[in-house]
Amino acid sequence: MKTLGPMIEKAGGVFLLPVAIAILAFVLIGAPSSWLTLTVAGLSMGLMLFLMASGLSLVFGLMDVLNFGHSAFVSFGAFVAATVLAWLGGWVGADSIFLNALALIAAISAAIVFGAAAGWFFERVIVKPVYKDHLRQILITMGALIVAEQLILATWGGTPTNVPRPQFLEGAIILGGSSLEVYRLFAFIVGVVVYAGIYFLLNKTRIGLLIRAGVENREMVEALGFRIDRLFIGVFMLGSALAAVGGAMWAGYETLITPALGAEMMVIVFIVVIIGGLGSIQGTLLGAIVVALMQNYVGFLAPKLALASNMLLMMAILLWRPSGLAPAVK
Amino acid sequence: MNRTMNRTLSVKIIALTVWGLLLFSPFLFQDVRQVEVAARIAVFIVLVASYDLLIGYTGIVSFAHTMFFGFGAYGVAIALKQIGPGWGAWTLGTLSGVAVSIVVAILIGLLSLRVKAIFFAMITLAAASVALVLASQLSQFTGGEDGMIYSAPDLLKPSTKLLTDAEGDVLRIFDVRMNGKIAAYYFVFITCALMFWAMLRIVGSPLGTVLKAIRENEGRAEGIGYRVVAYRTAVFVIAATTAALAGAVYATWLRYTGPDTTLSFAIMIDILLMVVIGGMGTMWGAVIGATLMVLAQYYLRDLMEVASRATEAIPLLPELLSPDRWLLWLGIIFILLVYFFPAGIAGTIIRGRTK
Repeated sequence: MKTLGPMIEKAGGVFLLPVAIAILAFVLIGAPSSWLTLTVAGLSMGLMLFLMASGLSLVFGLMDVLNFGHSAFVSFGAFVAATVLAWLGGWVGADSIFLNALALIAAISAAIVFGAAAGWFFERVIVKPVYKDHLRQILITMGALIVAEQLILATWGGTPTNVPRPQFLEGAIILGGSSLEVYRLFAFIVGVVVYAGIYFLLNKTRIGLLIRAGVENREMVEALGFRIDRLFIGVFMLGSALAAVGGAMWAGYETLITPALGAEMMVIVFIVVIIGGLGSIQGTLLGAIVVALMQNYVGFLAPKLALASNMLLMMAILLWRPSGLAPAVK
Repeated sequence: MNRTMNRTLSVKIIALTVWGLLLFSPFLFQDVRQVEVAARIAVFIVLVASYDLLIGYTGIVSFAHTMFFGFGAYGVAIALKQIGPGWGAWTLGTLSGVAVSIVVAILIGLLSLRVKAIFFAMITLAAASVALVLASQLSQFTGGEDGMIYSAPDLLKPSTKLLTDAEGDVLRIFDVRMNGKIAAYYFVFITCALMFWAMLRIVGSPLGTVLKAIRENEGRAEGIGYRVVAYRTAVFVIAATTAALAGAVYATWLRYTGPDTTLSFAIMIDILLMVVIGGMGTMWGAVIGATLMVLAQYYLRDLMEVASRATEAIPLLPELLSPDRWLLWLGIIFILLVYFFPAGIAGTIIRGRTK
């Protein structure tokens, strides 16, 4: 028993948690085909959640700013992407993968551009005047969230918006009795690519080095002569753009979106960053996958408990590790 | 110093005037809707004041205040619906609502008040949204999205004759019928006034001073020897209890409880706005904030309707002015207030314009 602790630590420590959950669920569910479907669904949802949550976590880590309006970017991304896809209706429904992909790329790029622009505006106008004042930060970003939600309601209306999916992402692959939706696999791949991109950016580039240094000790980086505020606005825009991409992917996943989307996702995103630990990308990914897996498994095993499960999970993890599973070094 | 005293006095006078108007409002305003507004103001003053204990006096941001408000309201609603109208059921409902609030508040408090303020805000937000979803999903208990309609205890029913004249009809004093509606209004008024007074006492007590010390400098308060987590949890429990009681009173007055009247996020935003408008950290400011906001809610929307119709010819403007966009403007006003008047109305009057 004594050697088990270090062994787990060596094999990946808390990062084994999703595996443990998956194994436990496998035993409880019993049917391998449903388990596979649920696991794939959970992983793809987890990576979408990661897209939405990573910006929030990074911004907090770097600048100690918690943006309660973050989920507005998610909604904006979803609605912008849906609008672009609706405009390009001909391409979306066409039989050629090339045109399909083009429409998809256009939609996601629009979401990125819009998210980055909105992030820039948000940082300059809303957040900048209230650095280092948590109370007013919470209040102001909350106010901004309300305004953003109302703007979405005014622009796109309160009725659910239909999101057309590109032809080549429709349907499902049947694998040994379990059906895997193509779109979920696609979302999973996008998420992994983005994660790899961020990982590369943070760990292999000079900018990433500065960001990580800033998360660890901001004053020291400033003292060395780097303009950390510029770095910060870059990270903020990156985070908003990522959230917008997450929203766009989520819109395609749900295929029917309402302006309440942002508020719904906000709570899950918060749970993700709290579980994962604020400020670290790895932690956010871990939190996102744990939350999404739990949601899918519990939704299958005990649908009534699905919502409460994440809340209970968060409480349990906070009791175990008050600052999340894998927080940034601070 | 003397000047500050005078200014504080003027804030108190404004607030007391509001309470005075509320005391006589059934006689001053004969319209049903206006009495409705008066009762809502009274309940929200308590709700906002209890929230101010958290945000203004202790520096804790919680988004779960409507959750506790809802616990109280749903406690009374479920008891009156299942057991039937009566004071026994009412008491049972209120007590169970308060008990649930206390337990949940202690759980949340001990779990998350030791970490950063920002964590606490996020956790309370998550808890509140879970409560909201639970209320709409457990429809066999809570009536789901539609909520519940039930009867109040006999004394407070509109058909009750409180005082009768010689012929056995309802007695009129200054043209106001002495029926159960009046009793219901004064039930709301007296309970709310008592709770407000209790909170004033708390703020003025040594406990209030400790809370302010924690807000100003947590490390130092800890260093002097106060157990910060215990104090924070205590004030969170006090605020939650008060909110639950206010919810119980409001549910009794409305004779309807649903997610929209108690639990919804819109109410949380209302409370936040009232606290900020009135002035964080001043009990008396809560009176001003709640009054202004409730009045605006009832009357400004009508004004927006008119404005929207009047500007029909101009593009975009009617869309922005329609009453449905009410929250948009509130949000903008809220942001501007937090920027330029973080002290709110009461705070600005008391401290003067100088920074």
